[in-house]
Amino acid sequence: MNKHLRLFLTELWLPVLLLVAWWSLSANSTSLYFPALRTISEAFAADWLFDHIGIDLLPSLGRLAVGYLTAVVIGVILGVFLGLNRAAEETVQPLLEFVRATPGIAILPVAMIFLGTGTTMKVVMIAFVAFWPVLLNTIEGVRSVEPVLLDVSASYRLDRTTRLTHVILPAAAPQIFAGARTAIAIGVVVMVVTEMVGTPGGLGYYILSSQRSFDLAEMWAGIIVLGLVGYLINQLFRLFEGYVLRWHHGMVAHAKGGTS
Amino acid sequence: MTSPTHAPVPERTHQDVIFSVHGLSHAYGTHRVLERVDVEINAGEFMCIVGPSGVGKSTLLQCLSGLRKPTTGELVFQGTAIDGPPEGMAVVFQDYSRSLMPWLDVRANVTLPLRSAGVSRTERAERAQAALDEVGLSGFEHHYPWQLSGGMQQRVAIARALAFRPALIVMDEPFASVDAQTRADLEDLTLQVRKHLGITFLLVTHDIDEAVYLSDRVLVLNQKPAVVVDVIDVPLDRDRDQITTKSRPEFAEARSRVYELIRGHQA
Repeated sequence: MNKHLRLFLTELWLPVLLLVAWWSLSANSTSLYFPALRTISEAFAADWLFDHIGIDLLPSLGRLAVGYLTAVVIGVILGVFLGLNRAAEETVQPLLEFVRATPGIAILPVAMIFLGTGTTMKVVMIAFVAFWPVLLNTIEGVRSVEPVLLDVSASYRLDRTTRLTHVILPAAAPQIFAGARTAIAIGVVVMVVTEMVGTPGGLGYYILSSQRSFDLAEMWAGIIVLGLVGYLINQLFRLFEGYVLRWHHGMVAHAKGGTS
Repeated sequence: MTSPTHAPVPERTHQDVIFSVHGLSHAYGTHRVLERVDVEINAGEFMCIVGPSGVGKSTLLQCLSGLRKPTTGELVFQGTAIDGPPEGMAVVFQDYSRSLMPWLDVRANVTLPLRSAGVSRTERAERAQAALDEVGLSGFEHHYPWQLSGGMQQRVAIARALAFRPALIVMDEPFASVDAQTRADLEDLTLQVRKHLGITFLLVTHDIDEAVYLSDRVLVLNQKPAVVVDVIDVPLDRDRDQITTKSRPEFAEARSRVYELIRGHQA
């Protein structure tokens, strides 16, 4: 308990210091573009406690969740398939290399032509960019499963389902999670970008429209909300990963500890 | 082979052949590794395959366990021609650190094959417990493999094989990567398991002492490509001891014969 408290304090002093500095340095600000933090926090309280959570934030998170989870599910399924089928993987390899090197956001104009500027386009764009890191990491993870474990699976006659759920997926899981973590980060970016170019609504739209109507305190408040949301998503992801991969973290810590 | 006066009292009079292999040859491309290998393993016996490093023991073992398809050869296990890993056979691999699932605890590692075979939950738990007791790992059910020492990890692998209730356990250099004391302990554990459960063992090793100490018969593999140069009966009874057995003249004699067969054929 004491240890957690100390860790919390160690991690917290710098953000608190920066906030205090921001607060006091901006206190007498007359700049239109950099309003006082006090003004920003008033805008924050007015809009985000809690009107715009329902109006903008939840729809944003809903689209992110649908797009992201679709990407993870399809990425893992396709990644396992390609990871296990060398011939198929080799066929699509050049294509994958090409797509890997192209920022997914580049197809945004194309998506807007064919899918419009509404929810479909936003969700599809999030799914599209989040899909690639999941796919590539899953392929990599599945292909690097310890060959001895495949021999064990074969000699103990494990059926296909058990092999998949108890051998291949757990073995690939650390790598799949690495991909999923990259995917959530760029998913959030694309969520904001699509909202800035698409139909009204959402956190990105709130930030951009505040700027356009010179409500700069609101613009800054929106950016702070975005930062907080990104931080929370990352923490949730870490908790989930820590739970699913507890064996892996334990093993790594054990190896580092140098015992046995 | 061995003169009748030296032969031990047979513990089984009707020795059923559990696994018969005829004319097994294997080549990697044009590189011939195994040449017309014949092996007959009797139910209940302990056989070691011994040969110098690089002779093709691992390839032979992979073929015997159904993990690799030999170029030619007829393999009949428990009366059925095998084409892939057969039922009733369990393999203990050399590298314990890579043959256990690091994401499963000890018990889950042991029960995984049973789960796939459709064994009920209660029976899985019973079999796992019995197997872990047999190898001296009760109390470690909920440890992860990487929390255990090398010797203990290999015990988990042995328990996994036992819980599978095989007729034959095939072991590939199972004690090659542990220290000498652990190795002796694991050899004795294996002999004790065999005595308790009457499982047939086929163990591949490059260690002549180990082969003679464990076996009823030692199959010597040598030459390039590898052939069976001889099968030697070990005229020792089944109760063995690291010190007394190894100081007996029969042990020394069998050991010398195997040694000569291995050295005599080296180019």
